[in-house]
Amino acid sequence: MPGMGGGPIGMKNNEKAKNFKETMKRLLAYMKPYMPMIIIALMLAIGSAAFSIAGPKVLGNAVTKIFEGLVAKVGGTGTGIDFGYIGSRLLILAGLYAASSLFSFVQGYMMAGVSQKVSYNLRKEISEKINRMPLKYFDKNTHGEVLSRVTNDVDTVSQTLNQSLSQIITSVTMLIGILIMMLTISWLMTLASVLILPLSVIFISLIVKKSQKYFKSQQEYLGHVNGHVEEIFGGHNIMKAFNGEKKALDTFDKLNDTLYTSAWKSQFLSGMMMPIIFFVGNLGYVMVSILGGWLAIRNTIAVGDILAFVQYVRQFSQPLGQVAQVANVLQSTAAAAERVFEFLGEEEETEDIEKPVGTDKIKGGVTFEKVHFGYNAENIIINNFSADIKPGQRVAIVGPTGAGKTTMVKLLMRFYDLNDGDIYVDGSKISDFRRNDLRGLFGMVLQDTWLFNGTIMENIRYGKTDATDEEVIKAAKAAHAHHFIKTLPDGYNMVLNEEASNVSQGQKQLLTIARAILSDPKILILDEATSSVDTRTEVLIQKAMENLMKDRTSFIIAHRLSTIRDADLILVMKDGDIEEQGTHEQLLAEDGFYASLYNSQFENNEAS
Amino acid sequence: MVKLLKHLKPHIITIICIIGFLLIQAICELSLPDYMSDIVNVGIQQGGVENAVPEAIRKSEMDKITFFMSEDDKSRVLDKYTLIDKSNPSNDDTGKYLKSYPEIKNNDVYILNTDDEEIIKELNTIMGKSILIIQTIEQRGMTDMNVGSQGSSANPLAMLSQIPKDADPFAILAKMPKEQLEAIKKLADEKFEQMPESIITQGSVPYVKAGYEALGRDTGKLQTNYILYAGLIMLLISFISLSATVIGSLLAARVAAGLSKSLRKAVFENVVSFSNTEFDKFSTSSLITRSTNDIQQVQTFIVMLLRIVFYAPILGIGGVIKVMHTDTQMSWIIGVGVLAMMSLVVVLFVVAMPKFRSMQRLVDRLNLVTRESLTGMLVVRAFSTQRYEEKKFDGANTDFTRTNLFVTRAMAAMMPVMMLVMNGITLLIVWVGAHQIDLGNMQVGNMMAFMQYAMQIIVSFLMISVVSIILPRASVSIARIAEVLNTKSVIGAPERAKEFNRDLKGCVEFRNVSFKYPGADDDVLTDISFTAKAGETTAFIGSTGSGKSTLINLIPRFYDITGGELLVDGVDIREASLHDLRDRIGYVPQKGILFSGTIESNLKYGYEGASEDELRNAAEIAQAMEFINEKEEGFNTEISQGGTNVSGGQKQRLSIARALVKKPEIFIFDDSFSALDFKTDAALRKALKEKTGNATVLVVAQRISTVMNANQILVLDEGKVAGRGTHKELMESCEVYQQIALSQLSKEELA
Repeated sequence: MPGMGGGPIGMKNNEKAKNFKETMKRLLAYMKPYMPMIIIALMLAIGSAAFSIAGPKVLGNAVTKIFEGLVAKVGGTGTGIDFGYIGSRLLILAGLYAASSLFSFVQGYMMAGVSQKVSYNLRKEISEKINRMPLKYFDKNTHGEVLSRVTNDVDTVSQTLNQSLSQIITSVTMLIGILIMMLTISWLMTLASVLILPLSVIFISLIVKKSQKYFKSQQEYLGHVNGHVEEIFGGHNIMKAFNGEKKALDTFDKLNDTLYTSAWKSQFLSGMMMPIIFFVGNLGYVMVSILGGWLAIRNTIAVGDILAFVQYVRQFSQPLGQVAQVANVLQSTAAAAERVFEFLGEEEETEDIEKPVGTDKIKGGVTFEKVHFGYNAENIIINNFSADIKPGQRVAIVGPTGAGKTTMVKLLMRFYDLNDGDIYVDGSKISDFRRNDLRGLFGMVLQDTWLFNGTIMENIRYGKTDATDEEVIKAAKAAHAHHFIKTLPDGYNMVLNEEASNVSQGQKQLLTIARAILSDPKILILDEATSSVDTRTEVLIQKAMENLMKDRTSFIIAHRLSTIRDADLILVMKDGDIEEQGTHEQLLAEDGFYASLYNSQFENNEAS
Repeated sequence: MVKLLKHLKPHIITIICIIGFLLIQAICELSLPDYMSDIVNVGIQQGGVENAVPEAIRKSEMDKITFFMSEDDKSRVLDKYTLIDKSNPSNDDTGKYLKSYPEIKNNDVYILNTDDEEIIKELNTIMGKSILIIQTIEQRGMTDMNVGSQGSSANPLAMLSQIPKDADPFAILAKMPKEQLEAIKKLADEKFEQMPESIITQGSVPYVKAGYEALGRDTGKLQTNYILYAGLIMLLISFISLSATVIGSLLAARVAAGLSKSLRKAVFENVVSFSNTEFDKFSTSSLITRSTNDIQQVQTFIVMLLRIVFYAPILGIGGVIKVMHTDTQMSWIIGVGVLAMMSLVVVLFVVAMPKFRSMQRLVDRLNLVTRESLTGMLVVRAFSTQRYEEKKFDGANTDFTRTNLFVTRAMAAMMPVMMLVMNGITLLIVWVGAHQIDLGNMQVGNMMAFMQYAMQIIVSFLMISVVSIILPRASVSIARIAEVLNTKSVIGAPERAKEFNRDLKGCVEFRNVSFKYPGADDDVLTDISFTAKAGETTAFIGSTGSGKSTLINLIPRFYDITGGELLVDGVDIREASLHDLRDRIGYVPQKGILFSGTIESNLKYGYEGASEDELRNAAEIAQAMEFINEKEEGFNTEISQGGTNVSGGQKQRLSIARALVKKPEIFIFDDSFSALDFKTDAALRKALKEKTGNATVLVVAQRISTVMNANQILVLDEGKVAGRGTHKELMESCEVYQQIALSQLSKEELA
């Protein structure tokens, strides 16, 4: 029963591809390996449709024969029904139907295989592509966009391959076939049933229009109710603390009442589609019965033909609707495929050089030499930055928001390539390393913690995928995460949920620290890493870090001056440049930008 | 489930009406094939003549018919006819029939005087047989009627046909000896005894038609009229069916929307009464889904229930009744069809359903893995785990593709097999039906109608099985809603609330309080004791997870303590009225939370009756006046949902002002100052101190500077009190406090 209980038809938004022809060509090229399969499947679809169209007509012949036999018998003019003839007709029919079903099944089976293989490959290519693309791309495009390519767009393409393509072919074959068959029975009846179609089109478009209006308002009011529910549930502590229950209920009731009215109207109208189509169908049925009867009297058509015609009329409207959708289907497929291909065609990170420098004997010295960088060429945010950091030194990078502190780190790990200048690790240019080798030198704790849906054990082990459980636990202990992990249900085996919201922000931070500790890097990067951990925990972490940072070069980016007081070198950044560099005492003595930053905190404390 | 039924109760009458309309709809749908059958049988095959009982018949013909009847039958027939004498045209009826039968003025005519279907049916058999005998006689020379067996020489009917062509057979018959005549009659009776009704009727129709023509009736018009008439009735029935459907779906839509409305209200009401324990148990987002999405699901399901689940059995059973009524010899075919369809559905259900269900999970997994590799891009590259991510993705991709392929192929198999079953059933009906027609058990039109019924029945069974696949999905939603409705807040009101001691005015006392989250193994708070007095500030400081936020959340009874006693104004808060307790408290959360409305409506949230001065005053203290004044609409500035149009710091200041407007005895600041910059923080605390002089103030803080001047500081460490005293005292005695302080300020600054 198509369309049963579904929402109103025509709610899909019809996107258009920028370059329909080009995209379709690419899609065809992409499907080239499967072309023989697809062509065979489409021929099967045509065959299946043709066989099933022949059915009613042959059946009608058999019925006519029965009728004639009976009339002759009653009239005493014949020997009765010719069972031999009928038997042979029915056998032919059985063969036709069986062939039609078999063709249709084989066709479906083949296309399912093709479409799933194509979409599997597309998804795989996209996922691998993600890892090869420069981070630059993701500054301009949201994750949602990329995500919708992997799922929605690939799905649309796969859907078209799987169903729409053969459906279109089948529908067109059916329409032409049925029309021909109907015309061979009676042009008058064909005309009558074709004339009914505009009627149903008008009815349906009227209802769609109306119901769309109510559907929209239902969505809107539903949005209001849901919004209120979210607000109250999200702020339920406030609602409770201020005894706001009654107020919440009153507002809810009002919204709920409005929703009710538009909900039943929209439900009613969208449920109207099927009965109307049914009624128009019945109208056609009656017309055919009357006209057929009238024609039968005049011996223009046989009784079996009426039966056949009734069946044709019933089969006519469905493929018609599908053919009407063809343009839309193709357009949205092209639009989806275009986005996928666009993504796959995006620029990738440059290749690693052929003879990379090894990382075995790296001690961790880092040199910045006249570094220039901007996320885009017009807007250079790091100008002429130079610094020399010796192995094992502890570097604090401070400065106001937007001073380019985080960018420094991203450059260091070659997430972005420099516009000008060079960065050296132990005297070798970072572009002379293999990217993965270079990054392997670093351990990183970022401002926004990233953990994935898996156990705590797996998440910490991410820093060193072949680490033993003992090593993981040791790292957790070093990060002072062991204690809280033990208090969690399932301990190390607790599965972090999708938003990792079942542990607190501070705890997440501790886990990422543990992960970094486990990776045992040559160079440590702490990007505001301790800002979400409260001060007491911070003290503990600092202690652990002291040990960890021994013999390791470390870069710490933080607003908290206490964190950076003990640094060997403080880089004070302002507007992308190194404003000052030196130790805490030196910088205070200079009484420059750093000193004013430091004193601002001091002043505020006096106000209390 | 029972809870949900309760919500259906007010709609019972409407539901009964809906079922009524569904019945009408089903009856209409089921009677359509009957009329088509009539068009074929009567309209086409019988030329519009319905039976062997003519409306009008010439007296001469009637005499012939009655000639072969028993006296009994003869009187029964003549009883139902009125004779109109052509010589006596004054008869009223003559004029009436003259139009249809112009020749009535030249003949003596019998007119049928009844329209009782039962009587006509009875007459049909009697007259039909006689008509057949007459026809045989008149068509003598032709072969025997070929009824059933071959004609034998002993057949008196066959004998009749031996009568010479030119002679008037009736004249000869009249001259026959009575015994011989009786024998003929008897033999004829026996012969026709086995003859099916429909053959008798069909056999007699040409005779009746010829009679009509003799009376001058336009038989072509009779036929056309019959077809048109049947067609019009079909149209009428279609229209009634449409009307019933429209009204039915109208009512169903209202019931479904009404039910979802009352369910939504019930769920919302219940959730509003939940304490944090229930919120933690379900999680806020799950509760939101349950009161929005799940209820929407139920609404859709109810419509389906009322439109399809109820309709399918009515249609199915109606179809079965119809079939039983028309013919029983072929019902087994429908049984075969239903059985085949059901087993197909069951096989599909068993084979594909588990896979089908896991689909959504696999899609989610695919999305999750992709989203993770996007959000964690820096980490992935920093740790060089691209291969690991790709492997993870490929695993999810393969699982998804494999399942998807299976489901798609199962679906690809379903349609053709279903079509094959349907078509096979049609063929079976035609083959068996042809034999039944040959035996005279049914007519062609009946067979065609039977095909329609068979399809209706099979489709209705199909609908039921499809619904039974969808049903589990809805039942999940229903169960999720019921779970919420069945959960009662663990924090209930006491049977008899104790009055607060008015003299104490905001005294909060913890006596050996311990607290454990439901289901947790260990206490979050152990053995906490302190007293916070009016006019004093008590501050809490400690590391993440030390339990400081949990501690102050116990005071407004967001959670109930699991050990010890918590007194407010001298009364154990579990024995006081929840409403009165919360009236005494001004709570400011960690994150500023505002509700949609205006700044004013938010500030007045705790105290509707606040005057403008009071609002201004509170905003002033909360350091919010400055930015409120900057807004064009001032206090009337709209606050969007979630307060997205004000900054975090502004939200925080407004939520502080909101607590101030309430003028509570006890202020609770749950780390409320951390979103503020140092300057505002300091100014705010200064103003608070001046204006909230008599209130008890409880502050949770991260910054030492925030708590430095508190009358009493509690240092918490892993749920226990690690130190208590003023800043000075703690700096000397408490190691944990020293560590915290030193990490924030240098030694000289703290001196």
